[in-house]
This record gives sequence, structure tokens and C-alpha cells, in this order.
Amino acid sequence: MPAPLLVPALVGVAFLVLPLLGLLIRAPWSDLWPQLTQPQVGQALRLSLVSATLATLVSLVLGVPIAWVLARSTLPGRSVLRALVTVPLVLPPVVGGVALFLVLGRQGILGRYLYEEFDYTIPFTTTAVVIAETFVAMPFLVISVEGALRAADARFEDAAATLGANRWTTFRRVTLPLVAPGVAAGAVLCWARALGEFGATITFAGNFPGTTQTMPLAVYLALQSNPEGAIVLSLVLLFVSLATLLLLRDRWLGRSGAPLA
Amino acid sequence: MRLRALPVLAVAGLLTLTACGGSSSSSDAASSTSAAASSSAGGGDLTGTLTVFAAASLTDVFTDLGDQLMADNPELTITFNFAGSSALATQITQGAPADVFASANQKQMTVVTDAGLDADDPTVFTENVLEIAVPPGNPGGITGLADFGDADKTLAICAPDVPCGAAAETVFAAAGITAQPDTLEEDVRAALTKVELGEVDAALVYASDVQAAGDGVEGIEFPEAEDAVNEYPICTLTGASNPEAAQAFLDLVESDEGQQALTDAGFRSPSN
Repeated sequence: MPAPLLVPALVGVAFLVLPLLGLLIRAPWSDLWPQLTQPQVGQALRLSLVSATLATLVSLVLGVPIAWVLARSTLPGRSVLRALVTVPLVLPPVVGGVALFLVLGRQGILGRYLYEEFDYTIPFTTTAVVIAETFVAMPFLVISVEGALRAADARFEDAAATLGANRWTTFRRVTLPLVAPGVAAGAVLCWARALGEFGATITFAGNFPGTTQTMPLAVYLALQSNPEGAIVLSLVLLFVSLATLLLLRDRWLGRSGAPLA
Repeated sequence: MRLRALPVLAVAGLLTLTACGGSSSSSDAASSTSAAASSSAGGGDLTGTLTVFAAASLTDVFTDLGDQLMADNPELTITFNFAGSSALATQITQGAPADVFASANQKQMTVVTDAGLDADDPTVFTENVLEIAVPPGNPGGITGLADFGDADKTLAICAPDVPCGAAAETVFAAAGITAQPDTLEEDVRAALTKVELGEVDAALVYASDVQAAGDGVEGIEFPEAEDAVNEYPICTLTGASNPEAAQAFLDLVESDEGQQALTDAGFRSPSN
């Protein structure tokens, strides 16, 4: 292996892994069990997994079509559209949370009608958690899938078209299987981002055990009063997400050396 | 010994403070300078850099007082580090260079004094009490603390892990109210933001926060707040690189002028 690649790679790995080692070394192993068996921990973990998975599903349903529009359509203004779609990547998540309030809050542009007509408010509900996570995580999926679509050989689609398939059939039967590894990689990235989401969630959904308190929120609050407990919670989140990612990698991405995760 | 509005007591307080400080060798110079500063006479002779670590809620008042001290002492530069008191206490015990520490609660000041880093005994220079913040016009029809037991209202209080949440628990316990919040906010600013956006009917925050929010929120005082009075202690630190200026700043905070600035910002003078 050439040194110009190996040395920076090693430095990079150390940079990414050392903070995790720090968590492991400083973890209060002796009272790990009492910390883990607090009812709030299981509650927060369950909520995190459920809401991140729902956010990923919503992102798949909405994000794959966005990626297709960006990669395949001849719509004018696509570069503007791409910039708009990736705005949540650069927006501080807390600002994203405030922005969601301004649209979907009970005083918001749309949320006001929900409140006045149906007496329904989105903030401070699990729905709000999923919305906040989707807002922040979907761009990761869109970018991954768009990249995969651009890398895929468009001649297969052309061939399908010459054989009489319409564009929807072509998309379902040719394009989607072709970019499946990219979609899976994007979904994993999206799920991981949703699982770690903090700023938009605590702003838009608030923080209440059982309904809106996800693991990152529980970790942050524990840090205020019980730093050791916060480390334990971080480790739980870390292990669950690592285990999920490793399992999914074997199942979805196979051994073909597909990108990411 | 705490300061009142009476000038005589204020002077006595200054002497007491400077006498118990580690910077007592320069106490005469410091007191006379601060006397000049607090009377806005100008022409002070403090020099160098003063570093003040202060609770985030003091940002506006301390920035103004610092500007004033710098105006009176053109050779003096004051830098502030405003953050949560627990973060500041950690930074100080980890060796951060600070001359003055003003904490939003006794607990975090104790972290610093337990480490033996206080140059003089901390004194309480101001107090803050909880107040109910409601959106302008009070759309939820909130009248008092009892409304926090109403599950039909959308309510924010601070999480019990942070100081404003601990204070909220105390007043609810004292009033015998089972709170029905919709969200436990990570800090008092976040709670206030949700009131300003009109997304909650009410939040329990500090009186100084209501004042700072201006027209964005309305405040409702409630008698049970007396059960959780938050005392703000201040002291100079052993690691101070500029003890004269540190003492002058502390004196300015405790002067009539400093106390007036704090009162205008929604704080109140120590009650005993």
C-alpha cells in the first residue's frame, strides 16, 4: 500500500475512533446496569429507533423521486432545486426546528389551519419528531440516490424504452434495481442521521419522556446533571446503531463491495 | 454582609469585601477606583485585561457595566465569557484564566470554592425568581401557577436536570400542583422561544428572561415563586491576573448603580 494513502488513512481512522475510545474508557462500568435499567432509557431508545425508521421510510417515499427528478428529468431550474433540497444540510438544526414551527406550528403558515379547523397541533408529538428527523436526514438520501442514478448506465433505460416500456415501468423494473445499492446506502445514511438528530427535534418536538424524548435528547439532558449517566446513554446509542449498520450491511449490500455503510 | 441601596452601607460593604479578599494589598487602590467608576467620574487608572466569567443570564447587564468601567478606565480591556454556570465552573476548575466568576446559583459557585479557587468569600449580589411567561395577549387565559396543572393547556417547563427546572419542581411541590407540561425544555432560553413563537400557552422562566424578551412575551408573577429564589454569588479568583480591576468590577456590580442596572433587567436586590 502506498504510504501517501496509508499514513493519512491511519491518522483519519485514529481521529474518528479515539473519541469513541474515550467514551469506552471513561464509562462507569461498575454501575452500568443500574443506569441501563432506568425505565427512561428503554423508552428513549425505542422512540429513537421507531422515529428514525419512520423518518427513513418517509424519506424513501419522497426522496427517491426527488433524486430521479434531479438526475433524469430535463426540468428547468434543476440546479436551483438541488440547492434548495440540500439546504437542511447547511442549516443549523435548531434553525431548522424554528423554521418548522413557522410553517407547521399552531401559529404557523399551514399549522394554523390544522389548529383552527381540526384543533390539531403537530409540535410536542411523536409526529413532530418524525417530521424534524425527516427534514434533517432526507437530503442525505437524495444526494446518495442522485449520485447512484448519475453513475448508472442510462443505456439500459434507453433499451427498455425501445422495447416498449413506459417511463414508470422503466423506473420500476430497470432503474430502481440498478441503483438499489445506492438507495440502500442512502437509506442507511439517512437512518443514522435521523437517529442522532438533536437540534431540530428538541426545538420543534420539545422534550417529553415517552412521546418526544429521543436518545440524543436524553443524553444531552443527562449531561447537565449526571455526566456518567450521559456516557452510558451515549454508549447504548452507539452500540445499537453500530450493530444495526453492520447487520444491514451484510443483508442489503452483500459482499459485493457496494459503497458506504 | 450584603449591600443595600443605602450609600453608607454600600461603603461599609466595599470595605468588608476588600478586607476579606486575597487582593487586600491593593484594596485601597481598588476601592477608590471603583468609587470613581461608580460615580462615573472617569479618569480611572486601571490597566490591562480583565476576564469575567458570568452566567449567561447576566449577559446584557454585565456587558453594559463592563463598557462603563472601560469608559472610565481607557487603559482597561474587559473580556467576558458568558455561558451556563456549570460550564463556567468546569472551565475555571480546569484552569481557564479568569479574574471574576459570577454564578447563577450557589451550587456551581461551590464547585469553585471547593477547589479553593475563590480569592474572597463569594457574596450574593442579586436574586432571580420564576415568573410565568405567556404570549402577548395571553391566548391561553393563564392566571397563575395552578394553570400548569391543566392538561388541556400547552405548557413548557425546564427539564429537572437544569436549574430552572429544579426551581420549577420546588414551586410545584410547595404549591401542591402536579404539573402537566407538554415539553421539558433543555434550558430557559428554549422555553422562552416557544412562548415567543406562540407555540405554548405558558412557560415557567425567570423574571429576568421575561424582562429581556421585551414585547415578545408577557410576564405573570405568582406568590409561590418565593419558594425557589435563585441567588447569584460573585467572587474574585485566586488565579486572577488583574486583581485590582477584578475588585473594581465586583464593587461596581454591588454599587447602587450596578444594583439599579440589575433591577432594570428584572433581577432584584438580595433580600437579606
